Amino acid sequence: MSNATVSTKPVQSSALGRIFSDSATLIKRNLTHIKNNPDQLLSMVLQPVMFMLLFRYVFGGAINTGGTSYVNFLTAGILVQGAAFGATTTALGVATDLQRGIIDRFRSLPMFSSAVLIGHVTADLVRNTVSSAIMIGVGLMVGFRPEANLVEWLMAAGILLLFTFAISWLSAILGLLSKSIEAVQWFSFIAIFPLTFASSAFVPTDGMPAGLRWFAENQPITHVIEALRALLVGTPIDNHGWLAVVWCLGAIAVSVPLTAYLFRRYSK
Amino acid sequence: MPNGNAIIVKGLRKSYGKTEVLKGVDLVVEKGTMLALLGPNGAGKTTVVRILSTLLSHDGGEASVNGYDTATQSNEVRSVIGLTGQYAAVDEYLTGRQNLLMMGRLYRLSAAGARQRAEELLEQFDLVDAANRVVKKYSGGMRRRLDLAISLIATPPIIFLDEPTTGLDPRSRLAMWDVIRKLMDSGATILLTTQYLEEADQLADKIAVIDQGRVIAEGTADELKQKVGSDRLELTMATDADFAKAEKIVSGDNKQTHPKRRVISIATSGGVSGLNAVLSSLENAGVTVETLSLHKPTLDDVFLHLTGHGAEAEEHEPNIEETHV
Repeated sequence: MSNATVSTKPVQSSALGRIFSDSATLIKRNLTHIKNNPDQLLSMVLQPVMFMLLFRYVFGGAINTGGTSYVNFLTAGILVQGAAFGATTTALGVATDLQRGIIDRFRSLPMFSSAVLIGHVTADLVRNTVSSAIMIGVGLMVGFRPEANLVEWLMAAGILLLFTFAISWLSAILGLLSKSIEAVQWFSFIAIFPLTFASSAFVPTDGMPAGLRWFAENQPITHVIEALRALLVGTPIDNHGWLAVVWCLGAIAVSVPLTAYLFRRYSK
Repeated sequence: MPNGNAIIVKGLRKSYGKTEVLKGVDLVVEKGTMLALLGPNGAGKTTVVRILSTLLSHDGGEASVNGYDTATQSNEVRSVIGLTGQYAAVDEYLTGRQNLLMMGRLYRLSAAGARQRAEELLEQFDLVDAANRVVKKYSGGMRRRLDLAISLIATPPIIFLDEPTTGLDPRSRLAMWDVIRKLMDSGATILLTTQYLEEADQLADKIAVIDQGRVIAEGTADELKQKVGSDRLELTMATDADFAKAEKIVSGDNKQTHPKRRVISIATSGGVSGLNAVLSSLENAGVTVETLSLHKPTLDDVFLHLTGHGAEAEEHEPNIEETHV
């Protein structure tokens, strides 16, 4: 039954060619996961949509956001919080791979090992793009009125994706270091939850006590939120734009080599 | 030697912290043959496989696979091995076919080559009907079959099977044995680890018995059995009183007693006269023998003989009294 024209022997390829083809194979793996496991995408979309409706209708009336309508203020915060939570899926995916032993299989193959992480991170980017689009759609239905032109939209999308990318790589570190899947779940929750709330995501920082206010105004997630808000609804951007980019690039510069090191070092 | 050795392990050492798991393991596996590494849990079997498959580094000694050093030529080693681990390492959210295609690509088959091998293996491992189902819905036996199929996708010349049937029900185990026998016929070199004596006996050309980080015996199943001696005579007494009396009367090489089961067993030279002598001495003492059996030594006897303890956890430790070493 073997077909003479098809070789079923491994073919030689250059190191660079292998990096690309292995990454492509693993990206395909993680995208297939999204398709074969739609529940995960659904839960990722539902949570931010619920936050959006909760804040818009329950808390929104009591929050003073100055010259900007609350829903216009809120949307950037919801998008960034959703992206941050969504990007922790990488930690979960990496930890699951480790627990199930499939990492051992990958490590016993003549492959470019970081492709496993690239696969997870890319799937996060795709999932977050889909869920961000849905959130913007829901936002428009409940009164979000962006003023951005095409270039500003593209820049906003770029910053959100860069942020997702950075958080995904950081959460890959968490996935590689964690001892169990449960540990990943609670750790990513206690890391992301306070960071996104102690920011300008849902309320202006003016009303916060001094120490918290200083933290909220200077932490990286606020810079990302403020940059996004400025691009979408025209609030002042100040230094937030370039600070957001620097923070994200810094996180990527640290976490990419660190994950590669941890991945090679890992053994049961 | 016309074939040469596919796997060579010399003085292999490995410690986790202060615990020394391998204390100088020596092994060779001739090309095209199967060696079973037989030992209880914690003997060091999986550690040997993990070192040979480049998942773990060793602290001392040498290990080579197909002439490649596992420490310095790990990529070369990886391209000639297939590994089936203790836990089926398959992707739960992919279908069986998607798993095979992905691994085929990672083993650097062409897209068409991977597709063809995937179809062949699905057929061979009886997974055609389940090919488009997500692995999460597979049974344990199906996962193991898929796991083994994956490790064969690039037709590697050397295959590691780390406890491939642990945790499988008897029917799936027999099916797995069939598959492994077919692999043997294809000319692959196989290193199998197992804690089941019967499995090693049934499948392997040679057996290495490993215990507490050392290989304590090596040879064919028959050679190992010969170490224990000839046939064994096993006598079950009718009552505890009979057992107590018989224990004093019966003597012989490698005598083992199991008071709870009222069993005494000895190695016999196999002759009828020897058998008669034992039975008549018991009869003269008024001991009632309930059952009597004569059997070829099993690998369990071998293990008991070599290590002083059974290979698999037993409910009660047998009482061993050795009259020769």
